[in-house]
Amino acid sequence: MSMNRRDLLRSGAGLMVGFFLPDSRELFAQQGRGRGQGPINPNAYIRIAADDSVTLIITKGEMGQGTMTSLSQLLADELDCDWKNVKTEFAPVNPALYGNQGVFGSQSIKTSWFPLRQAGANARAMLLDAAAQQWKVDKASLRTDAGFVVNPATGAKASYGSLADAASKVAVPAAAPLKDPKDFRYIGKSMKRLDTKSKVNGTAKFGLDTRLPGMLYAVIARCPVFGGKVASFDDSKARAVPGVKKIFQVPTGVAVIAENTWAAMQGRNALVVKYDEGPVAQYSSADIRKMFAEYAEKPGAVAKKVGDAEQALAGATKKIEAIYDAPYLSHAPMEPMNCTAVVNADSCEIWAPTQMQTGGRNTAAQITGLAPEKVKLNSTLMGGGFGRRGGTDYISESVEVAKAMAGTPVKLTWTREDDMQHDLYRPASYVKFAGAVDAQGWPLALTAKVACPSFFGGGRGGAVDGTAVEGIHTLEYTIPNIFVDWRKADPGIPTTFWRAVGYTQNTFFAECFLDELAFLGGKDPLEVRRRLLGNSPRLLAVMNKAAEGAGWGKAPAGRHQGIAVVNNIGSYTAIVAELSVTKGAMKLHRVVCAVDCGHVVNPAIIQQQIESGIVYGLSAALKGAITIKNGRVEQGNFDRYDVTRISEMPKIDVHIVETNNNPGGIGEASGPAIAPAIANAIFAATGKRLRKMPMKPEDIA
Amino acid sequence: MAITFTLNGGSQTVDVNPQTPLLWVLRDVIGLTGTKFGCGMALCGACTVHMNGNPIRSCSTPVSTVAGKQITTVEGLSADTTHPVQQAWIEHDVPQCGYCQSGQLMAAASLLAKKAKPTDADIDEALRGNICRCGTYTQIRTAIHRAAEIKASKGGRA
Repeated sequence: MSMNRRDLLRSGAGLMVGFFLPDSRELFAQQGRGRGQGPINPNAYIRIAADDSVTLIITKGEMGQGTMTSLSQLLADELDCDWKNVKTEFAPVNPALYGNQGVFGSQSIKTSWFPLRQAGANARAMLLDAAAQQWKVDKASLRTDAGFVVNPATGAKASYGSLADAASKVAVPAAAPLKDPKDFRYIGKSMKRLDTKSKVNGTAKFGLDTRLPGMLYAVIARCPVFGGKVASFDDSKARAVPGVKKIFQVPTGVAVIAENTWAAMQGRNALVVKYDEGPVAQYSSADIRKMFAEYAEKPGAVAKKVGDAEQALAGATKKIEAIYDAPYLSHAPMEPMNCTAVVNADSCEIWAPTQMQTGGRNTAAQITGLAPEKVKLNSTLMGGGFGRRGGTDYISESVEVAKAMAGTPVKLTWTREDDMQHDLYRPASYVKFAGAVDAQGWPLALTAKVACPSFFGGGRGGAVDGTAVEGIHTLEYTIPNIFVDWRKADPGIPTTFWRAVGYTQNTFFAECFLDELAFLGGKDPLEVRRRLLGNSPRLLAVMNKAAEGAGWGKAPAGRHQGIAVVNNIGSYTAIVAELSVTKGAMKLHRVVCAVDCGHVVNPAIIQQQIESGIVYGLSAALKGAITIKNGRVEQGNFDRYDVTRISEMPKIDVHIVETNNNPGGIGEASGPAIAPAIANAIFAATGKRLRKMPMKPEDIA
Repeated sequence: MAITFTLNGGSQTVDVNPQTPLLWVLRDVIGLTGTKFGCGMALCGACTVHMNGNPIRSCSTPVSTVAGKQITTVEGLSADTTHPVQQAWIEHDVPQCGYCQSGQLMAAASLLAKKAKPTDADIDEALRGNICRCGTYTQIRTAIHRAAEIKASKGGRA
């Protein structure tokens, strides 16, 4: 990492070391190629105070994935400070200082691995310089130990806090040497999470916990049909509801302001609103699937072409076709969308549980007409994110409401129904596969015609939206003839990223269809994958590890296994599911997952994230479906959008296959492969090939 | 209407619409935000508190029905985060995002008050109504077994 801009920031509190992080686009381009060059922005800071506390300013949000802790480990290790003294703060939005702030794509560790360690190492070097000057000795004769600079020759010892002020006056090194990984003190260890205590005694502050003096509470009545608008409304009854203070129209509906959340909800219940529903009202789920099926027959934008799949299929004798599809999904984080804002003539302040800090701030600036630097966005803890909080729609609404209530802080709360019926959904998708095996039974050709909306507005002007086909066009299997194309079929249901994005549907489709090809050729699914992954040593290694851990082919009597693999977010994951089907009822007994995410920072957090992804993926595999009727969502709460419960939790064995590669992501690693592993095991158990998510009990029976 | 109940050991009087769910009285009127809003329909368990020692869903409990009752929220589990379930949760680093955990802790504490040594089946039964989207269920199960040990080592006292 080159340091073309070196900052040493001084504060009354002691040492602040500026350090630098390439932006995410650059890191995507460099993935796996080590440290980058090029335009670099300052991105985060260390602060060492006189009381020896070490504060890491976290530019990534915390939504349960453990960034607060694991990023601190990177810093603390190279800094060689005492873990007990580490504190964290969320960064303010400041593009000049921090670049584009957001948390998505499982990138936190991946993009911080070098810069945060470098920051720690530089700060340590400066503390050594300060002590060397103070003691008038050669810096090389000194060492550090858990928050102290030590002179072994004299026994002198000075705490980092006592040296911080002096250290702030020495030059920042270009790049102090980093530790040899064998010397890591915190990296690679299951350091306790820094946020646990506050999360078990009620003191942790999520967005919805924001309270300000004089604050009022808002809910918004919105058109149930996507894209619909308010035509007129009658608020005479709503204004009479005790506690209701004000009612007015905002771009997305009618806002009800009250002295508490409940009163606002009661006021909304009493509103009579007429809507212009707009064109999406013509669509129901069956129409959308039909639309996708029709699009699948049209020409698409080519995402991958290897060999000549059409010709190979035409000449093959053993071939199959199959249609796979998946529904829209809601994110349903436990904390519904919410945001608190206060707008004054020359300022705006926001408290937001957001995955998109810079975007949220800029949205507020646009709405208020204020310069972005006049908007202060405070990041709160997030009660789950899963991609939903990458949207800034709820921030926009909150600022619109606060703008109309100028000078008064207002907390906008979405009910669960608001959250589920006005989500930005994981797109539904439809794929028409064809495939063939050769005379020896090995896969010869695979074609996939994908029809679905874009996740995030990609695919304009005939281009391929990579997120719509990832998981199919990224397959590492060396099948000699592959053709994947995509056509954008969009009925107008809003969509966005959903934990693991395109892989959440496409890994199910592709890994199940590969199983179909294995059986078509009379081969064991593991054997086929082993043969086809000869050029993918990391994926092959985790697959072999999962197979070994699960005892592939040696399931107890009455139990059946299925396997699936995925390479996404710079990591490699394999899952074996072991289940039984008794009298039509499926029971998932055990899941074995092996993952290679390169260097391991916190094994306990990795284990948790692997389990977390599997549980999130299980809900989608077996339960989740958002269905549309006349342009509105039919589900509103957990009664009709059920999710995995503790009583349904399988035993999960996690095998971390550590390698010396730069870290990949982890939050989205395990979700994609659970559904296909289950589907493939159900086939092994019943001979039934399930090609539609979710796999409901009636489909299995 | 003024309604008086015992909240975390102290007397509490609120003057609100008696139909207001206890959840919103706790969060908006009193300012105790540890109890969470998740669904509003007693479907997810995030709002679980104790009424006279039993777990209730505060989102669906009108505040009028708690008049004269003893209400305990996560803030009242212990003065210093030392209730056995809190200790066990910390030992096993249970929370991820943490939003559902107040409800999980309250459900677990209530289970342990009734069963000193709950089985896995007991845990399933007592906590299947508490949703965690992060998937901390394995850690929750482990921590409840550990909390039972901690509680036993304290002579069965919370």
